[in-house]
Amino acid sequence: MLEIANLHATVADKPILKGLSLTINAGEVHAIMGPNGAGKSTLGYTLGGRPGYEVTEGSATFEGQDLLELEPHERAAAGLFLGFQYPVEIPGVSFVQFLREAVNSQRKGRGEEPLSGGEFLRLAKDKAGLLKMDMDMLKRPVNVGFSGGEKKRAEMVQMGILDPRLAILDETDSGLDIDALRVVGEGINAIMRKPDKAVLLITHYQRLLDVVQPDFVHVLAGGRIVKSGGPELARQLEDEGYEAVVA
Amino acid sequence: MSETRTLPTTRDEAWRYADGAALAAASPEALTGWHRLDVAPGETARHIGDADAGDIDRLRVHVGAGGRYEHFALLCEGHYTRREIEVTLDEGAHFEFGGVVLGDGEATREFVTRVVHAQPDATSNQLVRAVSRDRATANFLGRVEVARDAQKTDAGQNFRAILLNEGASANAKPELEIFADDVKCAHGAAIGAMDEAAAFYMAARGLPPEVARALLIRAFIADAFGAIDDEEARDAMIGRALAAFEAGHD
Ligand SMILES: Nc1ncnc2c1ncn2[C@@H]1O[C@H](COP(=O)(O)OP(=O)(O)OP(=O)(O)O)[C@@H](O)[C@H]1O
Ligand SMILES: [Mg+2]
Repeated sequence: MLEIANLHATVADKPILKGLSLTINAGEVHAIMGPNGAGKSTLGYTLGGRPGYEVTEGSATFEGQDLLELEPHERAAAGLFLGFQYPVEIPGVSFVQFLREAVNSQRKGRGEEPLSGGEFLRLAKDKAGLLKMDMDMLKRPVNVGFSGGEKKRAEMVQMGILDPRLAILDETDSGLDIDALRVVGEGINAIMRKPDKAVLLITHYQRLLDVVQPDFVHVLAGGRIVKSGGPELARQLEDEGYEAVVA
Repeated sequence: MSETRTLPTTRDEAWRYADGAALAAASPEALTGWHRLDVAPGETARHIGDADAGDIDRLRVHVGAGGRYEHFALLCEGHYTRREIEVTLDEGAHFEFGGVVLGDGEATREFVTRVVHAQPDATSNQLVRAVSRDRATANFLGRVEVARDAQKTDAGQNFRAILLNEGASANAKPELEIFADDVKCAHGAAIGAMDEAAAFYMAARGLPPEVARALLIRAFIADAFGAIDDEEARDAMIGRALAAFEAGHD
């Protein structure tokens, strides 16, 4: 589904990704762990096409297409979802308004009919329910005044509504209380644990991985994948720390 | 002997960001004349939309005790367009102002207000939003004067501008002249580019850039017209501003 080969990327002329390779197949859940500043968020932004994140070498192929050729909104329409480590506040634009535009823009990009107001609201209500989020919160401006945990939960409601093929979730677990972590983890499973979908979880903690069990765990350090393994690697990292495991 | 009338130039504080060539070409009447409006004590007068006015329009309003004057306007046409509003507030009167400036091409468009809190307990609130592109200039010059015995004055003004490209500009010139001691005057001004983080967040959820921008601009503009009570009139003003914004874009 996603094949990243020898990816190099710079941010503000500073090399951050330095030859990162990773292959994710449909039906798989991958977890990326790694020290602060390793380049995990940079990987997400680069794959999402954020302006300022410049690919200098390497490739990323998504469902047979050259991902790096596509505009950010085209990547979304192609089925890529990026869950933000720090979701952005947009004053004056309600979630409902924003997400309806988003769903219908994506549908249009894929040549599908737009959802009517009623259809969209039913879908939004269903996904908010899955994440145990009050529908009234979606009437508020995007992320404005939301707590850290509420923002992360709202990210997953958005993912449910947009129904992507591949989700890159950047520390979706940080900021969540214990119960919310379970709800969000089970939400991720319900939305994404399907044979034709895949997930890349960026996380610092084992706790999320207890709920959303990864098939593969990778360590990203210094802009590259330096170690890969199964679920046991995450536990080993938790016990021993990066330095011991990577050295 | 001929009457000597001093015409304003860009050396005058209140005209400093004006288009010099346009001033030189304007008729003396346009530069020095005033329309007048009296709001009787306890009454409310409201202006929504754009006056049938020339490029330079100056309005002098007196609001009697407990009265209220509301003015909402959109500037999106003309090479040099200036709306000047001078409001004098008697005891307990209120002035509400919401303005949107859209600048494109080589245009200079500006709101210039002078609010005189002449007596105690009067309040005023001014919100101006500007979006400037190409080589246009959008300005808000807002002067608030609080007379010596105008205690409990509450005056607010806020200006924000988005510059869509390099070469576009905006100027804010808040001025406060306060002679009373028990007053609340708040002012804020911010000029910057479009919110890049919000634009990418929207793109990452699938919004094409033009759709994302329209949503952001709508929200930005809507601030200035938020105080229009009548929902239909409010939506119409926002719609007009947005249509003008879209039309001005290539
Ligand atoms: N705009 C920028 N200008 C310069 N350096 C930047 C910029 N953005 C990110 N970086 C640097 O890139 C490196 C990687 O940052 P990134 O956010 O990808 O790390 P991360 O692995 O996600 O860390 P964390 O676990 O703390 O979230 C860091 O050293 C960071 O300081
Ligand atoms: Mg990060």
